[in-house]
Amino acid sequence: MEKQSDLLLDIQHLHTGYRLQGKFYDAADDVNLTLKRDEILAIVGESGCGKSTIAASIIGLYDHKNTKVTGDILYNELNLVGLNESLFNKIRGDKIGMIFQDPLASLNPLMRVGDQVAETLYYHTDMDEKQRHERVIELFNQVGMPRPEEMYRMYPHELSGGLRQRVVIAMAIACKPEIIIADEPTTALDVTIQAQILDLLEDIQRESHSGIILITHDLGVVAETADEVAVMYAGQIVEKADVKTVFSHPLHPYTRSLLNSMPQSDDEEQDLHVIQGTVPSLKNMPREGDRFAARIPWIPESEHEADPKVHEVEPGHWVRCTCWKNFHFQEEASGE
Amino acid sequence: MWKTILRRLLIMIPQLLILSLLVFVLAKMMPGDPFTGQINPNMDAKTIAHLKQELGLNDPVWVQYTRWVGDLFHGNLGQSYTQHVSVLSLISDRAVNTFWLSLLTTILTYALAIPMGISAGRHQDEWQDQTIQIFNYFTFAIPGFVFYILGLWLFGFTLGWFPISGSVSASAHGFWGVVGSRLYHMILPAILYALITTTSIVQYLRTGIVDNKVEDYVRTARSKGVPENVVFNKHILRNSMLPIAAFMGTTITGLLGGSMIIETVFSYPGMGKLFLDSISQRDYSTLTALILLFGILTLIGNLLSDIIMSLIDPRIRVK
Ligand SMILES: Nc1ncnc2c1ncn2[C@@H]1O[C@H](COP(=O)(O)OP(=O)(O)O)[C@@H](O)[C@H]1O
Ligand SMILES: [Mg+2]
Repeated sequence: MEKQSDLLLDIQHLHTGYRLQGKFYDAADDVNLTLKRDEILAIVGESGCGKSTIAASIIGLYDHKNTKVTGDILYNELNLVGLNESLFNKIRGDKIGMIFQDPLASLNPLMRVGDQVAETLYYHTDMDEKQRHERVIELFNQVGMPRPEEMYRMYPHELSGGLRQRVVIAMAIACKPEIIIADEPTTALDVTIQAQILDLLEDIQRESHSGIILITHDLGVVAETADEVAVMYAGQIVEKADVKTVFSHPLHPYTRSLLNSMPQSDDEEQDLHVIQGTVPSLKNMPREGDRFAARIPWIPESEHEADPKVHEVEPGHWVRCTCWKNFHFQEEASGE
Repeated sequence: MWKTILRRLLIMIPQLLILSLLVFVLAKMMPGDPFTGQINPNMDAKTIAHLKQELGLNDPVWVQYTRWVGDLFHGNLGQSYTQHVSVLSLISDRAVNTFWLSLLTTILTYALAIPMGISAGRHQDEWQDQTIQIFNYFTFAIPGFVFYILGLWLFGFTLGWFPISGSVSASAHGFWGVVGSRLYHMILPAILYALITTTSIVQYLRTGIVDNKVEDYVRTARSKGVPENVVFNKHILRNSMLPIAAFMGTTITGLLGGSMIIETVFSYPGMGKLFLDSISQRDYSTLTALILLFGILTLIGNLLSDIIMSLIDPRIRVK
């Protein structure tokens, strides 16, 4: 049995629209997600699917004039949608920590990295300067930075990509947040460093029992770290299940296409599947019918629901539309 | 840090050498010699030749050059060809006038430009920004001298609120009297000049703010729960000031360089006007000294800018 307090985030009917030439277009379209304590929830999908939009909506960092957010994002009874800024500032950095993709761009070039971490503590704790310094050193040790005292005084450009991302992580976990959102945290890093950073995130999660939302376009990252997976396409969640299910019997055509296009390390000469076409831009996104249909044109229209709904096909395994039932790859068909 | 400054100082040595060579060649090519304006008609050719020999004008060029540089180090810039004073005293009088006018102008410029730039950048595309943009189009489109002449005509001649020429009135007496009179003479040119020079600073600051406020590191600061006004002042503004800091050195040395246009329009006896006057009066010794001085000021200005930048921006420090 799950305790009620294990539910950290409950996102219901989230719509996030951006204003383009006077009209709002939803980049997140009726998103429902939950995040529990001790869980790493991966949101996966190609670039432009709306993953960062969800992250920005949760933490309330978007251009308020040109963005419309509706629905509920419940954090302990508190609805983050429309929360006023001064209350939100008490939550950001303290209860929710955020890690971004490009660690160089994410750090202020004119500030010592130690001071940037200490800044989080300044706004959420009553530590004095000395205590903040000590805590930063402790955090630098925790995220595996060598010679922390020396690192404290460095500027971002003096550090390697991996070390910069460790600084950003130290910043995000400084106040032991319950929720950590990591938006493509390893995309900008070297492959060898990627694994280290993912290991670090897992360690942090194990120690702090926080819930992590891990946003990525890389299924390899998902396989390695996630507990739950939400696959996102064109602003919608198309499949949601635990990580085992997603990799052992994926159902939605998009999930299957993504998996098929993933290189297998043990098979070097395989032909990688390439998903035809691209993610539609916001304005050109089909608002009716199955949004993925255009990229699997060999599947007859009759296979798709007119208004695709999310179905729970087995406990905890949700799939949008029923087209998966008769889905096959084009290669299979032509090979017969 | 110190290495950056030291390295930068070392670069200045060849720069100064080249500058002095150029100015020396220029001086040699200009008509006239140290006797110009001093020879009385009764002197015979023999005396002149003797004097020339004595002053070393027949020595090899490089000997003359080293002597000239030596003189410079002793502050000996020669005599003015047209006015019977030393070039040094001529320039130092004018430099004082220019310094006060430029200082007032610079203070007014920053006092106007910084709040305007901040307001425009912060309220991008809102009415504050639009108003400031209109002002900027206006001051950018109108040539400086037209603006100054209009200002002089309106507030000087027509309304008679301000004096129309000079730097201090002859009847001013006592310390405060002189200070007051100086200020009174400077205020109109300083305001007009400041209005023109704000344009670029406002523009740089506005662009800096507009660019920086969408940077990732600003989003990071917000994600830490830093309140918006602190995000603006501590993160956005500091980074947006960098391009302005880059001008800082030349602004400081510009305090002595002055402006030819404003000083000429207001017949203000400063360095810029002296420069134009020495051209029109063919006072080549003064002209040479001024060219050398402006050159040195430019080099020092760039040096100061680089030092200031390396103090503010850790990315350009040499390890
Ligand atoms: N501020 C914005 N204004 C307008 N459109 C935006 C904005 N941010 C993102 N978009 C658009 O919304 C869609 C989803 O973007 P995003 O959430 O960044 O996707 P992802 O993180 O999955 O790559 C894209 O089509 C993108 O162009
Ligand atoms: Mg993204």
